[in-house]
Amino acid sequence: MEPLLAILVGAMTAAAIYLMLDRNLLRFLFGLILISNAANLTIFAAGRLTPGKPPLVPEGADAPLSLVANALPQALVLTAIVIGFGLFAFALVLALRAYEALGTLDTTEMRLAEPREDRDAP
Amino acid sequence: MATNDTTGTRAFSAAGILPCAISLALFVWFAGFLPEIARGEVLRFSVPWVPSLGVSLSFLLDGLGLTFALLITGIGFLVMLYSARYLIGHVHHARFSLYLTSFMLAMLGLVLADNLLVLFVFWELTTFTSYLLIGFAHSSAESRRSALQAMLVTASGGLAMLAGFILIGTVAGTFELSEIRAMGGVLRDSPMYLAILILILAGAFTKSAQVPFHFWLPNAMAAPTPVSAYLHSATMVKGGVYLLARMHPSLSGTDVWLWTLGIFGAVTAVFASVVSLRQTDLKQALAYTTLMALGTLTLFLSAPGSYAITAMATFLVVHSFYKAALFLAVGCIDHQTGTRNADVLGGLWRPMPVTAFAAGLAALSMAGVPPFLGFIAKELLYKGALETSTAILIVTAAFAASAMMFAVAGIVAFRPFWGSGKRMDPSRPVLGEAPWPMVAGPLLLGIAGIVFGLAPEPLQSHVVTPIVASLLGDPAQAEPLLLWTGVNTALILSLLTFATGIGLYALHLRIRAGLARFSEVAPDSDVGWDRFLAGFVRLANWQTDILQSGVMRRYLMTIFGVLAAGLVFGMALSFPDLSQVALPDLLPKHWAVFLMTLIATGLVAATRSRITAIAGLGVVGIGVAMVFILFSAPDVAITQLLVETLIVVLFAVAALRLPNLPRRTEVKSRPGDFVFAVFVGTMIAIVLMSASSGPIDLRLSEFFEIASWPEAFGRNIVNVILVDFRALDTFGEVAVVAVAALSAVALLRQRPRKGPRA
Repeated sequence: MEPLLAILVGAMTAAAIYLMLDRNLLRFLFGLILISNAANLTIFAAGRLTPGKPPLVPEGADAPLSLVANALPQALVLTAIVIGFGLFAFALVLALRAYEALGTLDTTEMRLAEPREDRDAP
Repeated sequence: MATNDTTGTRAFSAAGILPCAISLALFVWFAGFLPEIARGEVLRFSVPWVPSLGVSLSFLLDGLGLTFALLITGIGFLVMLYSARYLIGHVHHARFSLYLTSFMLAMLGLVLADNLLVLFVFWELTTFTSYLLIGFAHSSAESRRSALQAMLVTASGGLAMLAGFILIGTVAGTFELSEIRAMGGVLRDSPMYLAILILILAGAFTKSAQVPFHFWLPNAMAAPTPVSAYLHSATMVKGGVYLLARMHPSLSGTDVWLWTLGIFGAVTAVFASVVSLRQTDLKQALAYTTLMALGTLTLFLSAPGSYAITAMATFLVVHSFYKAALFLAVGCIDHQTGTRNADVLGGLWRPMPVTAFAAGLAALSMAGVPPFLGFIAKELLYKGALETSTAILIVTAAFAASAMMFAVAGIVAFRPFWGSGKRMDPSRPVLGEAPWPMVAGPLLLGIAGIVFGLAPEPLQSHVVTPIVASLLGDPAQAEPLLLWTGVNTALILSLLTFATGIGLYALHLRIRAGLARFSEVAPDSDVGWDRFLAGFVRLANWQTDILQSGVMRRYLMTIFGVLAAGLVFGMALSFPDLSQVALPDLLPKHWAVFLMTLIATGLVAATRSRITAIAGLGVVGIGVAMVFILFSAPDVAITQLLVETLIVVLFAVAALRLPNLPRRTEVKSRPGDFVFAVFVGTMIAIVLMSASSGPIDLRLSEFFEIASWPEAFGRNIVNVILVDFRALDTFGEVAVVAVAALSAVALLRQRPRKGPRA
């Protein structure tokens, strides 16, 4: 399954980059969600895939009795999912406020921080 | 700079007295070491500073260091006394005193430091305090420019010097000067010698204003007169010479040292004395003679002989005496007459007899007339020049410089006092003698010039011989300071110097006119400096325009471009071997998840409808969650599903307040972006494929499996990692989410402005 996942991650990354390069902020946000998912899958797949063996220590034992899935990437991905959600939620609210304040979702027209009176939108 | 005459106000203020007291106390304290140093002892004091880097706050007191310390505190005292009166009533008098005192302490640290890094720190401190002092009249644009110029030139030299010090540290294994000296020729024989020398010289030459780095020094005359007298003649600019002298035992003696110092010193000395002839501003003329002196000192440090070093040591002291005296005297003239123009001033000996006397003494020492100390120094210079292997170069340079010095001494100190006073402005009467604290300095320094000339013995035993011992390692190498050494080549050269000097003085008005015509066409490094700075600003603007375009697309393109370049580079180093990749038997459910997620991904990228895109994202999220379920990550899957649901909800809520996506017909197609995205995606897929098929190091995961229950009492290993082994990390994560939530709330609660802004 790892090669298949690699292809999926590649496709998701490509779609995410294409979306993030769009001038529309909404599509940028779509790309942001896709790229965090792709990153999570990358970490997960790089730690190898083990079907049907969750990393648990059975009752009465001090350690897993047989081979279990790699727990470390799972912990990392769990953290990453939550952080990615925080990032997305904040970016969404920022986009919302930006639209209310500037009246556009076109990133090339959002020039409040770096104004360019001399040469307007390229 | 001088304030209006303040007769009637208090003669002194706390800001004036305190620096005087500090400098005098230090001078007396250092003078107490004279007998020990004269006996040839070397005192060392050290406390650990950064022990892990081998840096200790260590200080060394030997002949060279003590002479500098005495000059710094002694002339410092006289200058402080002078400025106590010169600046009285000035709004920023206290600030000035603070700067000047800080400078004095920094300079002391510089000349006493035994550790190269400590030396560097003090070196830069003198640069910064000098910046503040030159720019003291901060409302004047010229002052600010001069201050910045001096700082940029000397600080960049200082950085080069630091690099040199670090090289020395790596070659010698220590930063302690005394230890490096004890190693003898370790630096000279190192393959790094040339690099070290060039870097150190960059520091020394910028600080001591050798041509072509000289231009900042005359500009630094924008500083108040006491500052010029102190920093730019007696102390700071000698910092470079001090460094050269300090490094002399470790670096000198090679052909590169001989010729580099010789040529730079000679060119500086001759160039500066020619230019000083052309100045009409007395202070500028003195500034250029300072350059000449610095050139001469550098020139004589190039030569290995004992006469040359004795001459260097003597000239160092003489120059500090007469130059500080003359600067202070010019300050008195400026203060009492309101002008420093050599063309105008004359006949001042009548209203200002004491100043005239002091300036006359200093000028005679500068001209090298017997029985002044300047004469002894000049004789030694000639003897030193004659004994070197580069005698022609050094004698010519020393002769030219000394003859022109003679003429400049006349211009600066003879004409204003004893020349014709007919050109003086009759509407501005001369106010008589300057107040005593201002006259005391030049007078004492002028008298020192003749006293030590008539009785050079104390100077010889306490100053010159210890310096020679510091540089050459042997006090016996010091040559005697004598007024009369019989009729020899040096004496004949001296007489020739006087004759030429008198001739130059007689003709100086005509020479000045000629030089003025010439300098109009000659290249000017000051103008070059302005061009350099302007070019630098243009470069910065150009670079900012490229890097900070303000277009988000370009920033993202840069980020992903760098990522792609890194991946390509990595693959070029070791091309992944994909033949190992095997497609094991895949179950239909695997194919189903794969295809579902892939199609949804394509849909999100292709659609122009918000609802379709959000639905597609939901499917992708669920597909990812299914991967987690299939491959034994139930906790991750639960989180993923929760988060996906929240994302869809948030998006749906936000969509109510956001506009639709532009229609396909309204946007340009982006085939370039598409190709770029597919390229980066393919690279990632290849890297991941090769990474997940090679060997894997599972030691860390095994540790968690074994330790989870016995150490943390948890059976769910993933949970144990999150809340126990990496608890702080999880805490940080919670904080991030909390901050994001707070910021979102803050943004949402902010009342939107009425109507969208254009």
